[in-house]
Amino acid sequence: MNEAVSPNPVQSPLHEPAGGAVAEKIAVRGLNFFYGQTRALKDVTLSLRTGKVTSFIGPSGCGKSTLLRVLNRMYDLYPGQHAEGEVLLDGENILAPGLDLNLLRARVGMVFQKPTPFPMSIYDNIAFGIRLYEKVAKSELDGRVESALRRSALWTEVKDKLNASGLSLSGGQQQRLCIARTVAISPEVILFDEPCSALDPIATAKIEELIDELTDDYTIAIVTHSMQQAARVSQFTAFMYLGEMIEFDETNKVFTSPRDKRTQDYITGRFG
Amino acid sequence: MANALYSGRRRRNFIWTILAYAATAFGLSWLVVILATLIWNGAGGLSLDVFTKMTAPPGVVGGLLNSIVGSLIVTVMGVAIATPLGILAGTYLAEYGRHERLSIVIRFVNDILLSAPSIVVGLFVYQLCVVPFGHFSAIAGAVALAMIATPIIVRTTEDMLNLVPNTLREAASSMGMPRSLMIRQVAYRAARSGIVTGILLAVARMAGETAPLIFTELGNSLFSADPRGPMSSLPLIIYEFARSPYPEQQKLAWTGALIVTFAVLSLSILARVLSSSRGEAK
Repeated sequence: MNEAVSPNPVQSPLHEPAGGAVAEKIAVRGLNFFYGQTRALKDVTLSLRTGKVTSFIGPSGCGKSTLLRVLNRMYDLYPGQHAEGEVLLDGENILAPGLDLNLLRARVGMVFQKPTPFPMSIYDNIAFGIRLYEKVAKSELDGRVESALRRSALWTEVKDKLNASGLSLSGGQQQRLCIARTVAISPEVILFDEPCSALDPIATAKIEELIDELTDDYTIAIVTHSMQQAARVSQFTAFMYLGEMIEFDETNKVFTSPRDKRTQDYITGRFG
Repeated sequence: MANALYSGRRRRNFIWTILAYAATAFGLSWLVVILATLIWNGAGGLSLDVFTKMTAPPGVVGGLLNSIVGSLIVTVMGVAIATPLGILAGTYLAEYGRHERLSIVIRFVNDILLSAPSIVVGLFVYQLCVVPFGHFSAIAGAVALAMIATPIIVRTTEDMLNLVPNTLREAASSMGMPRSLMIRQVAYRAARSGIVTGILLAVARMAGETAPLIFTELGNSLFSADPRGPMSSLPLIIYEFARSPYPEQQKLAWTGALIVTFAVLSLSILARVLSSSRGEAK
């Protein structure tokens, strides 16, 4: 155990990892989440560092996707779901009533498990989001679409068929299109909800590469079932179990010397 | 042992397959008989006169021009009323009110309307749009047809929007898209061919309705394109001429029936083609 890092590791999931000087983009404090009467998140506390990738791991039903969906308040689409506690984005509580959800989601983008291109052309899939926030001339729009597609390593594959339907692309390309679409509106945070679970290994590798390139410019949170993926793409890892945040630390520490027995059991494949 | 079990299953499978085929053939054969009878009796009367001459008294060579035009006008008016209403109500049910208690009531009422006898609709509109004005009118006919078409469009619009995956809605809102924009730009696009199919099926239904028109549009043996007054219409003229003692009028009734049937049939086929191309990249 690396006690050097924290004097009281088990009680303090919020303990500062080494290099804790990095600013925190999102701070989750005492978050409880309810599906009707069912409490799906129990007193969750963690922070997402600016310009870093944080992965949420844990067995199915542990609440990792739920936590992610609180960060852009996606749960608001459904009745009977509510969150209590604090989620601070740059110090502002996004759970506060009266918050403009559309503005929040412009700042916190999301990429889903299944690729979700809109039923329109590849070009429009990206231009649509840009037009949502800015009035730009056609020539500038072309440039913005191109740079978003380049950013998501899709440009060379689609530059000759920008007017083809987004649905005509392969699964991996569709997912990169969704990332391009998200990147195009310049959010500050990007949430990935198991972005590779519907993709083959080659497409997965491309997405991981992409996430790697997006670090530094964006604060990223990724939910994944693959521990290898968490180890590959993230600097911080949060292990959740039954709605609780069991362990949150630098990724290499979580994987090489977990402080909690449950974390150790999970990463060594004893359950989950 | 295992073989005995298996051959028994095969026998039962064979019997059920035969029964299924027989039931299908029985159902289809009536359709074939109806179409064949129509063509047999109606095709002979098809001529240019049918499309260029007015309905005429017995002994005079006549056509169906006023009825065809009347049917077109009333159907177009009906669809113009029913489509926006139906799409908006279906959108409420599928998008805004999906989790509301009110939606359950609306859905139930809509299902009742969907199966309401059309003669009742006709009587209702007679009270609503004919009695107060003191005369029959094509507008009243269009209102009656719209009342029949609206529940169909409400239903298909809701069903088609429900088929749009929620992840697509989430993706749209995750970009900060307001709901109304998400519905118009994403959900409608994804459900477009299904919604159009619903409208076409509603049109097909309207084109063949007679009962609601008897009390509202009345019919007109002269040419009229004035929706404020009575107008002729194919189903009405079929109803009238089929009871006529004069063979030439009976013949025109057959021809009219043939025209209506094939118009409805081609609309249904068009609807089917559109809905089967749904999901394809467009």
